[in-house]
Amino acid sequence: MEILLQQIINGLVQGSVYALVALGYTMVYGILGLINFAHGEVVMVGAMLALSALTALLGMGVPPVPALLFSVMVAMAGCMVLGYGIERIAYRPLRHASRLAPLITAIGVSIVLQNLAMMIWGREYHSFPQLISNDTHNFGGAIINDIQIVIFILALAIMAGLMVVVHRTRLGCAMRAVAENQHAAQLMGVDINRVISITFMLGSALAAIAGLMVSANYGLAHYYMGFLLGLKAFTAAVLGGIGNLRGAMLGGLLLGLIESLGAGYIGDLTGGFMGSNYQDVFAFFVLIAVLVFRPSGLLGERLAERA
Amino acid sequence: MSRGTVSPVGARRAVPLLEVRSLQVAYGGIQAVKGIDLHIAPGELVALIGSNGAGKTTTLKTLAGLLPLSSGQIHYDGKSLHNIEAHQRVSMGIALVPEGRGVFARLTVHENLQMGAYSRNDQHEIASDLARMYELFPRLAERRGQLAGTLSGGEQQMVAMARALMSRPRLLMLDEPSMGLAPLMVQKIFETIRDIAAQGMSILLVEQNARLALQAAQRGYVMESGSITLSGAAGELLGSDAVQRAYLGS
Ligand SMILES: Nc1ncnc2c1ncn2[C@@H]1O[C@H](COP(=O)(O)OP(=O)(O)O)[C@@H](O)[C@H]1O
Ligand SMILES: [Mg+2]
Repeated sequence: MEILLQQIINGLVQGSVYALVALGYTMVYGILGLINFAHGEVVMVGAMLALSALTALLGMGVPPVPALLFSVMVAMAGCMVLGYGIERIAYRPLRHASRLAPLITAIGVSIVLQNLAMMIWGREYHSFPQLISNDTHNFGGAIINDIQIVIFILALAIMAGLMVVVHRTRLGCAMRAVAENQHAAQLMGVDINRVISITFMLGSALAAIAGLMVSANYGLAHYYMGFLLGLKAFTAAVLGGIGNLRGAMLGGLLLGLIESLGAGYIGDLTGGFMGSNYQDVFAFFVLIAVLVFRPSGLLGERLAERA
Repeated sequence: MSRGTVSPVGARRAVPLLEVRSLQVAYGGIQAVKGIDLHIAPGELVALIGSNGAGKTTTLKTLAGLLPLSSGQIHYDGKSLHNIEAHQRVSMGIALVPEGRGVFARLTVHENLQMGAYSRNDQHEIASDLARMYELFPRLAERRGQLAGTLSGGEQQMVAMARALMSRPRLLMLDEPSMGLAPLMVQKIFETIRDIAAQGMSILLVEQNARLALQAAQRGYVMESGSITLSGAAGELLGSDAVQRAYLGS
């Protein structure tokens, strides 16, 4: 029973991070109908930038909390510029090209970013400094630490904030309008290029925060972390129904749970043949199962017609 | 191809709000609009009629900035629209109610109308314009919180028109507003068009329903396979043999 609760807590925390990243995929897909496969690398760059800023600031004797806040800002600003640049360079020139073309440039951008990151930050793992107290709390027999609590609450707050922006503001209304009908949106006076840029920047800001969260949660960051994380978050977006914001959040949390519960019980399930180190495999089972049985995802309805 | 003028319209020499000269538009290599001239004076209601595929929608989309022209000039309010993007034309006062309405199905009626005012910043005026739209279309007031996609075709046409009016246009272009609507709804839509015109707005009305359009308009143009073949006062076009034969089925 404690194990179950523990796996649920771990799953929800990790899932809330997947959800933040999945939102980036789904927002871009909703508005442009393309999958930004370079998004995972934006998460990695966010983590690396934050970590570099944090290390530098702490080294200068800045107290932990201001240092952390400033690092988040640096990472967000950096990732927003990066997201903007990716759209301008890799996607906008191909807006009227075949669907395959932006997929190929996305892979190109990913490779470039990974290699740049490797040149800047090296191949080694960077450890996340111990900053805030990391007390653990006993929660009905399960253990949850401060970092996990902060991650989960912050992620939920950010998602709620995003929903407010998308559903209650002029900008959000324009984003939904562009997603639905670009020509009609232009006829309303919407500069669609601007809205598309803002969408990439918003998604990238979320990615930066998610990158920081992952490295804080695992205590590590490295130049290759974006690949697997990106694939999993993409899986979460597909699970929820790509293009659907609520779907991305639901998909992220569910994938986190599936992974965590799967890892917790895989030993029992396979009679000890496989251990929890196989946890990454669940995401891909989920991806394949969704694509086979429900390609439109849990909350989506339009994948078949657009992809 | 006969290029005739039913009656001289030289009497009207006010500076036109819209002036189009030798406009050509092509899709890939295929010319859809083959060098047309037309103008609209301030406050005028002008009909552009012609059969399916004549190039009417292409003309309107080009005027709105959604399609690039291959040659020719468009002047609006004395200024060239060359290199002015679609979204910028909206704030200059050009609005298009597109063919098929282009309503945002997954936005509420109210959000659709708010999108119509996207190019404006005067919040108070926007609020009072919204109220006016709901007076003009009481049906929409009842459905303001509903997703526009759930409305009937006629109600969606009202949304599309109200939304376009929310930008406070000086030139309103309507592309087949009667398409697919029940006769009663067509009447209602045309009443609204007449009302708006009576308030002094310049209107370019594209219709396949030539009779209705020419009855509402002051002047008309007839378009056939990318060219304007006939133009003149609406009453005279209505009475002309060519129009009678081709579009009024008599
Ligand atoms: N997107 C397009 N691509 C290629 N040809 C088009 C496109 N849209 C319209 N056309 C062609 O251009 C011509 C004019 O079409 P259109 O402007 O829609 O006519 P109308 O509105 O008068 O019915 C037609 O021959 C049509 O087939
Ligand atoms: Mg048409």
